[in-house]
Amino acid sequence: MLSKGLKRKREEEEEKESLAVDALWLDPGHAAVAQAPPAAASSSLFDLSVLKLHHSLQQGEPDLRHLVLVVNTLRRIQASMAPTAALPPVPSPPAAPSMADNLLASSDAALSASMASLLEDLSHIEGLSQVPQPLADEGPPGRSIGGAAPSLGALDLLGPATGCLLDDGLEGLFEDIDTSMYDNELWAPASEGLKTGPEDGPGKEEAPELDEAELDYLMDVLVGTQALERPPGPGR
Amino acid sequence: QSGAFGGGCMSGGGNDIQWCFSQVKGAVDDDVAEADIISTVEFNHSGELLATGDKGGRVVIFQQEQENKIQSHSRGEYNVYSTFQSHEPEFDYLKSLEIEEKINKIRWLPQKNAAQFLLSTNDKTIKLWKISERDKRPEGYNLKEEDGRYRDPTTVTTLRVPVFRPMDLMVEASPRRIFANAHTYHINSISINSDYETYLSADDLRINLWHLEITDRSFNIVDIKPANMEELTEVITAAEFHPNSCNTFVYSSSKGTIRLCDMRASALCDRHSKLFEEPEDPSNRSFFSEIISSISDVKFSHSGRYMMTRDYLSVKIWDLNMENRPVETYQVHEYLRSKLCSLYENDCIFDKFECCWNGSDSVVMTGSYNNFFRMFDRNTKRDITLEASRENNKPRTVLKPRKVCASGKRKKDEISVDSLDFNKKILHTAWHPKENIIAVATTNNLYIFQDKVN
Repeated sequence: MLSKGLKRKREEEEEKESLAVDALWLDPGHAAVAQAPPAAASSSLFDLSVLKLHHSLQQGEPDLRHLVLVVNTLRRIQASMAPTAALPPVPSPPAAPSMADNLLASSDAALSASMASLLEDLSHIEGLSQVPQPLADEGPPGRSIGGAAPSLGALDLLGPATGCLLDDGLEGLFEDIDTSMYDNELWAPASEGLKTGPEDGPGKEEAPELDEAELDYLMDVLVGTQALERPPGPGR
Repeated sequence: QSGAFGGGCMSGGGNDIQWCFSQVKGAVDDDVAEADIISTVEFNHSGELLATGDKGGRVVIFQQEQENKIQSHSRGEYNVYSTFQSHEPEFDYLKSLEIEEKINKIRWLPQKNAAQFLLSTNDKTIKLWKISERDKRPEGYNLKEEDGRYRDPTTVTTLRVPVFRPMDLMVEASPRRIFANAHTYHINSISINSDYETYLSADDLRINLWHLEITDRSFNIVDIKPANMEELTEVITAAEFHPNSCNTFVYSSSKGTIRLCDMRASALCDRHSKLFEEPEDPSNRSFFSEIISSISDVKFSHSGRYMMTRDYLSVKIWDLNMENRPVETYQVHEYLRSKLCSLYENDCIFDKFECCWNGSDSVVMTGSYNNFFRMFDRNTKRDITLEASRENNKPRTVLKPRKVCASGKRKKDEISVDSLDFNKKILHTAWHPKENIIAVATTNNLYIFQDKVN
């Protein structure tokens, strides 16, 4: 979400800027480029692109073409804004459980995860205006600075609510939740994990509320889906 | 190559064409129901039938009346022939997502018998529909009354042979095949092979080959999904079979490339036989270069010698024998180049315009904004801009050419770029395979124009 200051600035300067900006992008060799506006113009375009990316990722099933085009455009803008900063290479997901890797490989959440990690990279680059804070509802783009972003994809698949991280970590997420329902005896011991999960440091990277049996089941279902996707044929 | 032409004539095969309004189908009011948004338009092989698909999953087929010999001032009108619900919204329980019922594409099969067949597809499922006529019904059963009630067999004293008697024409559409569960991503194209036995379906990352008789299997022939989705930078945007070579097809990408593949080369056509790509013009480089180069449609000419691609600002004709650049380029709305930032902001830059050839491959057509559509005559190099609007809706009214004023002083009857309505987009157009009859879809209306017949 754009901060108020940023929005006001855009409203005031939008008209001027977009015309000027349009002209700029027509002719990068133009003298005007040497002067101040390019950074501001690129920055607002950057913000716009990040917004679009967010919006796209929040769709249940993002339009892949739209997503890919926005991401590529974002990369271009980023490259022009910080040409000397070495772009960190897109990281491979950290040591997430191999099961999560398989889930990632076979589901669309993989793209969400990759976008999440891309955005995490972008947020680390100095000199950028604030990356708009993600909306606090569900959805893959939930991320924290320095959180376990790539494995969010797996988490999203297994439990959407855990996809959102706040700056103060999972504790913050559970502070406002009325946990009295989890005090009910009918809930299996696994729910204890839900209450105590936030305090479980090491368990953070995995979905606290699903046990192995359920993960196995999900794996089976997804492998079954993958088999459907790729019916045996010549050369396969 | 793209001077706007002010007169009302354009050359098509040596004769001047004057386009006239013929019909408009659809609701009159400006309040557009989402379900009525037209999402695809397609003539059948003879041109007698015209199918439209909409966002609500419905298919409407219009049939051309036989030419009225007495009133020979115009060709037959198109009237509703059949309407049916092709796709329903579905719910994918695994991903907790709704699958839209919007019809993305319709493709007709050539007619083999009395019935007509077409393929229609939404994002995930392709269906083969049989459209058949019934104009006779059997009468004179021995064991049934005319109203269907069974007769008491003991009352039957003589036998008779039932006979067919005429009845009011009934057109029935029935789903004959359902091709499902083969696409993880959204289907953008279907194309029937010239062998008339197989067809391809393409989504963002994969292309599958089907046999029309077999629904539980398809062959994957193109797969551009990277092992690591983080490496994804390009998607498939359209695909089509060559009209004559049953082993050849093309697919276009979001990066402005077209790949021609030969299915004889290998089972998985990941390696193209030809790659068509025009080098970027450095003077036109911008942040949006890739987005506007993304190809939204690819169509082979009827002859099979050329193919046409549509990107955001232009239409390009490629000779299949020349990969490094198109042989012809037509600017559709070059005045938008200076507005790309705004168009990016309002997402219009992602609009997917289609394009089509006329029957003789001499003229190509595509849509634009403000309900304008453009035609380019490849022989005379003339082009024309026309508008689909109810204001010109008297039959046999010749359409007045339109002109957009890019900058400077606006002349009378010109429209300035800033007053274009970007919500009125013509994405889908179709040209009758044999005659100068065109179907142009605005958001929720279908316009039919014909050339003036004297």
